[in-house]
Amino acid sequence: MRGDRRLFRGLDLSLSPGTYVQLTGPNGSGKTSLLRILCRLLEPAEGEIRWEGANIRSLGEDYFTAVTYLGHRPGVKDELSALENLTIANAVNGVEVDTENASGALQTMGLAGRERLPARFLSEGQRRRVALARLLVSNTRLWLLDEVLTSLDKRAVGLVRSLIEEHLNRGGIAIVATHQELELSAGVTKRLELTT
Amino acid sequence: MLRWIVWRDLILAWRRRSDILSTVFFFVIVVSLFPLGIGPETQLLRSIAPGVVWVAALLASMLSLGRLFANDYQDGTLEQLLLTPQPLFLVVLGKVLAHWIIAELPLVLIAPLVGVQFDLSKQTLWVLFVSLLLGTPILSLIGSVGAGLTLGLRGGGVLISILILPLYVPALIFGAGAVEATIIGVTPAPNLYLLGAFAVVSLLFAPWAASAALRISLE
Amino acid sequence: MKLYKYASPAMFYPVAGKMIPWFAIPAALLFAVGLYVGFFVAPTDFQQGDAYRIMFIHVPAAWMGMFLYVLMAIYAGIGWAFNARLSSMMASAIAVTGAMFTLLSLVTGAFWGKPTWGTWWAWDARMTSTLILLFLYAGFIALQAAIDDPRRADRAGAVLAIVGVINVPIIYFSVQWWNTLHQGATIRLLGKPSIAAPMLTALLIMLAACWLYSVAIVLVRLRCIILEREQNASRLAEVNA
Repeated sequence: MRGDRRLFRGLDLSLSPGTYVQLTGPNGSGKTSLLRILCRLLEPAEGEIRWEGANIRSLGEDYFTAVTYLGHRPGVKDELSALENLTIANAVNGVEVDTENASGALQTMGLAGRERLPARFLSEGQRRRVALARLLVSNTRLWLLDEVLTSLDKRAVGLVRSLIEEHLNRGGIAIVATHQELELSAGVTKRLELTT
Repeated sequence: MLRWIVWRDLILAWRRRSDILSTVFFFVIVVSLFPLGIGPETQLLRSIAPGVVWVAALLASMLSLGRLFANDYQDGTLEQLLLTPQPLFLVVLGKVLAHWIIAELPLVLIAPLVGVQFDLSKQTLWVLFVSLLLGTPILSLIGSVGAGLTLGLRGGGVLISILILPLYVPALIFGAGAVEATIIGVTPAPNLYLLGAFAVVSLLFAPWAASAALRISLE
Repeated sequence: MKLYKYASPAMFYPVAGKMIPWFAIPAALLFAVGLYVGFFVAPTDFQQGDAYRIMFIHVPAAWMGMFLYVLMAIYAGIGWAFNARLSSMMASAIAVTGAMFTLLSLVTGAFWGKPTWGTWWAWDARMTSTLILLFLYAGFIALQAAIDDPRRADRAGAVLAIVGVINVPIIYFSVQWWNTLHQGATIRLLGKPSIAAPMLTALLIMLAACWLYSVAIVLVRLRCIILEREQNASRLAEVNA
C-alpha cells in the first residue's frame, strides 16, 4: 500500500539458498516497496514474511544480522572517505573490518587510489561502488538490492554479477530490482514481475 | 556499536565544523541583542538574564535539530542505521548523545561568558552553567522526536519549532527558575532537582518516541 | 462481529450522518436552556457583578479543551496501535474542535479579566497553561497538515499526541510552580466565590451542551475527512485500473 493505494496482492513465494530473484516491473509497480517490506522498513498491510521459519517481526533486530539492503540512495557520506564510509558503516553494524580488508574490497570494486578521498569528490557511479563494496566485506545471507546497477559501467556490472554468483554459491539469496538482465552462471534464477 | 554511532557523528560534525560555529554564534548574537533592545540598565538586565539565555539556548537548538536526521536521510545512511542489528532506540540515543556534544555542549560552555554581559555574579554564572548542563540534554532528547516526525517534510524547520518549543516549557521554567532563584538569593536546589527529574523522564520516553517517529517517517 | 463492521470508514459514513441530528438538536436546546438559566435565573454575584456570567462559557470551554486533547491522544493512539483508520480520522476531527474550545476559553478569559482584574491578559497559571495547550493543538494540526500521505499523517500525529499527553501534566505542574515563585505577578480571585445553586445548574447544562455539540461537530468533520480520503483512494484506483 502506498498511501491508500494497493500495489500488489496475492504474492506467495518461498526461496531456498542459492536463489537469485530478478524483480522487474514498470515504475510505480512496487518493486522498492516490496524490498523495503522484506527488510522491515515498511510494514506489509497484510501477510507476513518468514526467515528460516520465523516471522521477521518476531526476530527483532537479529534479523538484520542476516540482511544487507542497498537502496536507491547509495548511503555514502560525502564528508567521509571511501575507506571510512566502509569501515564505519560496518562498525555501526557490529562488524569490525580492518583497514586492510576494507581497502582490498575497495580495490576489487575498482577504487584503487581513491580510498582516502572524501566521497564528495567521487562520481555517482563511484559512490555506488563504495556502497557495493559493503557486500564484499559483509557476511549476510540475504541481499536486497534496489536498482544498484544504475550509473554503473559495464565493468562494474560484471563485478556485481560475479559478486552475486559467489554469494549464491555460498548459499546466499539475492533479490535484485533491476531492468537489466544479469545472466548468472550460478544458482537458480527466478523472475518476478510486478504489474500495476 | 553505540559508541561507533556517536563517533561517526562526531567525525561528521568535525568535518563540517562551521555548522557548530554558526549555532554558537547564533546563540551569542541573540543573547547580545537583548541589551540593545531593552537598554543598558544593569538591574533590569540582571533580572532578565536567566530567561534570555535559556530562551536563546532553546532557539539555537532549533537550528541544529533540523540537521539531526535530515543529512543522513538525504544520502540514505539513515535507512542503513535502521537496519543495524541493535534496538533502534539505541541508535537514536547515540545520535542524541552526539547532538548534545556537538550542538549543546558548546552553548553550555560559552553561556557563563555571555552571562557576564548581564552583570551576573560568579555564583549565578555557576548555577547558569549547571542548569544548562542538566537541561540541554532535555532539548536534544525531546528535539529528536520533533526531528524524526518532521523528516523530509516541506517547511520542516519552522514546523519543528511549533511542535517542540511548547514541550520545552518545563525545562525553560525549571532551568531559568534555578538561575533566578540564585539572583534573588534563594537556593536553586529545588529547581535543579525538578530539572534533573524532567531530564530523566525525557530520557525514558524520548528515544522510544523518536524511534517510532523515524520508522513512521521512513515508511 | 456486527460492531466491527462499522469500524470501516465507508460503513461508518452513513451511520455518522444519522447520528448527527441526535446530538446537534439536544446541543442547541441545552445551549438555549443553559444560557437562559445563566443569564436570567442565576443571581448577580455580589463581588463581580454580572461580569462573572461569562464563566458559563469560559469554564466549559476550558474543560472541553483539556478533555478533548486527552481524547484526541487516545483515539490517535488506538488508531496507530491497531491500524484503525477510523480512529485516527476521529483524532484529526477532534483536534480542530479542541483547539477552538481552547481558544474560546482564552478569549472569554480575557473578556472576564478586563472588568475583574483590570487587564486583558494576566500570566495566571491557568491561562498560561491553557495558552500552551493551544500551542500543542497547533503543533498537532500543523504536523498533520504538512504530511501528504494520510497513513504517515495519522501515525506521526499519534506519536506527537502521546508525547504531548505525557508532557501535559508536567507542563501544568511547571507552570503552577513558576506562578507560585513569581507571587508578585499573580492576581488571585477575590476570595472564594460562593456558587449558588442556579449557577451550578447553568454551568452543568452548558457543559453538557458543549459535549453534545462536540460530538455532533466532530461527526460532521469526520464525514468530511472520510469523503476526502476515500475519494482520493478511489480516484487512484481508477487511474490504476
